[in-house]
Amino acid sequence: MFSLISSFQMQFMLLFSRQGKLRLQKWYVPLSDKEKKKITRELVQTVLARKPKMCSFLEWRDLKIVYKRYASLYFCCAIEDQDNELITLEIIHRYVELLDKYFGSVCELDIIFNFEKAYFILDEFLLGGEAQETSKKNVLKAIEQADLLQESFDEQLHSVLTTVTDTL
Amino acid sequence: MHHTAMSPSVPLQEMIRAIRSARTQCEERGVIQRECAAIRAQFRQSDNGGRSHNLAKLLYVHMLGYPAHFGQMECVRMIASPRYSEKRVGYLGAMMLLDEKQDASLLITNSIKNDLSHSNQYVQSLALCTLACMGSAEMCRDLAPEIDRLLRASNSYIKKKAALCAVHIVRKVHDLGELFTPAARSLLAEKNHGVLHGAVVLITELCERNQETLERFRKTVPDLVQIMKGLVISGYSPEHDVAGISDPFLQVRILRLLRILGRNNEGASDAMNDLLAQVATNTDSTKTVGNAVLYETVLTVLHIKSESGLRVLAVNILGRFLLNNDRNIRYIAMISLQKIVGTDHNAVQRHRGTIVDCLKDQDASVKRRALDLSLALVSASNVRSMMKELLLFLSSCPPELRAQAASGIFNAAERYAPSQRWHIDTILHVLTTAGGDVRDETVPNLIQLITNASELHCYTVHKLYRALLTDISQQSLVQVACWCIGEYGDLLLRGECQETEPVQVTEDDVLDALETVLQSHMSSPATRGFALTATMKLRTPLSLTANTDRIQSIVSIYGSCIDVELQQRAVEYNALFRKYDHMRAAVLERMPVIEKNSPGHTNGESTGEPIKDIQTLKVKQGEPLLPQQPANQVLTLTQMHVV
Repeated sequence: MFSLISSFQMQFMLLFSRQGKLRLQKWYVPLSDKEKKKITRELVQTVLARKPKMCSFLEWRDLKIVYKRYASLYFCCAIEDQDNELITLEIIHRYVELLDKYFGSVCELDIIFNFEKAYFILDEFLLGGEAQETSKKNVLKAIEQADLLQESFDEQLHSVLTTVTDTL
Repeated sequence: MHHTAMSPSVPLQEMIRAIRSARTQCEERGVIQRECAAIRAQFRQSDNGGRSHNLAKLLYVHMLGYPAHFGQMECVRMIASPRYSEKRVGYLGAMMLLDEKQDASLLITNSIKNDLSHSNQYVQSLALCTLACMGSAEMCRDLAPEIDRLLRASNSYIKKKAALCAVHIVRKVHDLGELFTPAARSLLAEKNHGVLHGAVVLITELCERNQETLERFRKTVPDLVQIMKGLVISGYSPEHDVAGISDPFLQVRILRLLRILGRNNEGASDAMNDLLAQVATNTDSTKTVGNAVLYETVLTVLHIKSESGLRVLAVNILGRFLLNNDRNIRYIAMISLQKIVGTDHNAVQRHRGTIVDCLKDQDASVKRRALDLSLALVSASNVRSMMKELLLFLSSCPPELRAQAASGIFNAAERYAPSQRWHIDTILHVLTTAGGDVRDETVPNLIQLITNASELHCYTVHKLYRALLTDISQQSLVQVACWCIGEYGDLLLRGECQETEPVQVTEDDVLDALETVLQSHMSSPATRGFALTATMKLRTPLSLTANTDRIQSIVSIYGSCIDVELQQRAVEYNALFRKYDHMRAAVLERMPVIEKNSPGHTNGESTGEPIKDIQTLKVKQGEPLLPQQPANQVLTLTQMHVV
């Protein structure tokens, strides 16, 4: 019934709008740009065609797709055969909560205009497709610290420039 | 804009605004082209403090679907920068624009190596993340020792990431599993949830890949059980709590590891038995998160060597899932039950009622699963009631499921039919409801079944005649009806029947019915063939003269039919009237009972040769798909169009 090598891996996560515009794409398996585009196109079409009363899981190619809509954004994960769909829904929810805490009542526009931050937050929560930190607090703390580090470097750079111009 | 911890990148946001304000695809392309030209120019300039904003812009453009390969080298440069802001975007860019299949990805190996031992943990984190996301086999081999070092001697923040990095490495280069095994073992003693989670994922991966490693890690079952107990029983930990469940993510991963360790091993399975029962009983199932843990528990129970009591408990959880308001939970239950319907058949049977109810679920995926499961649950003892439900389902099921439902019903009917009459009735019911969705073999199969039920010939021909009068649109039904009328028409005309109300018809009435089929635009050529042959075969108890005229006139009309097949038949039948009239009665004698697996059973042609020979011929390789026509021309008339 179960193969000897089980497959538990998140292969990718996509965020897209109801018009099918991609807002984030995180790939945990090596694929060419062309393949990624094809998968994205097909999957977005498939998910957007689903009616609201249908369940959050569907079988697509040899993967299981877990998706959930939050306001105007679809969060869509591709997991492997033996993975637990219900916990994947929790992973999606946790990510949304993190975004919400960070941006304060997050909406699609936040993710559009600050897409790089959406990635930074995701990368502090998942690593190689697996959850790396199960405490919401710890993820947010790490992001905060990293942001501070970034600011300090930027500030450092700025002050160096001012000093240089002053002496000229 | 909402508050953010870090100041937004103004240049990036300005560009995004500009792109979004484009009103057409063409306009957008124009904006993008201009922006890319500017970005390119900026890349060529020396350091101007805006490099990270520039690359971020390019990454946005890339996400919209535009080419961005000219940014790859910039990523490589940024990663090597001493500035954190630049590294951060550089690594992000690498993960988005590079993949292991490209040469440029090799160039960042050295930067990653350096950053893995950077004094600042956030820089180390970037390197670990990138390696775990896109590290090629070569990079993995190169950097594995570094990762192993970090697994042993670093803070929790780094250790948890190193563990998942190791997972990626092992997935890419299986042999490297051995390298990480010792460190993985000691990580189980850590208290930090993140590290523990990473450790469990790593150990799972190691055990999956190597049987020896798995056997060594079996000794950790008591430790894992302890950790789980701590999560399930002990106090509330606000940091890891999700709706009353303490760290569900970690719980699920531990349960999964236990599954792998307990599989095929009684000792390990025993050691975890109580814990599993505890989790199964105590986990709150009112929210999805609790059900996620319960689901993993059920999977584990069903795959290890668990006690029968525990198994029943697990199946009952699935049964409860079937009644859950959340359709996701119902879907999960269906899938799981489907997987165990073979091994735990009786346990699943107990939930048959609920499963059958799910045939009426709104969600098509749940319906499909319910169909599969229902068919799997049909048995000799429940076949009558199950078939009622399934036939009901067939009459209103979504079109994409009809073929599957019809074929499933046929199979079940064949296996468990309580009587021949029931069997025939069931098949007729399916043909009436979904005749267009059944496979081609259904017609000869049904005919074979009918010929074998000799006591029911009268009953069957009556039923089919009535069906024909009602509706001639379902081709398979019409074909079988025609064949039966041709074969058993005399029983129809006799005016008596034990099993059902007899009809009072004349030969003309019957010929009328057949002619209607022949002339209807709904009838396919194959169906017309059946009708023509039936007309020909119609035997009457009285002298043949009056009706043979009518039969002959019908037949000769088709002698000039456009359809070649029909024309040929008509011409040959005509010949039977004219030149071979003395043989007509013998040629049109009632068919013998068709054996199962005879050629007539599958493709409608019988050579009249002994069945055994034909079967052995069929089994030989290279056998032509169609049986050969024998030489004797007269016999051709008997062979032809038996069905």
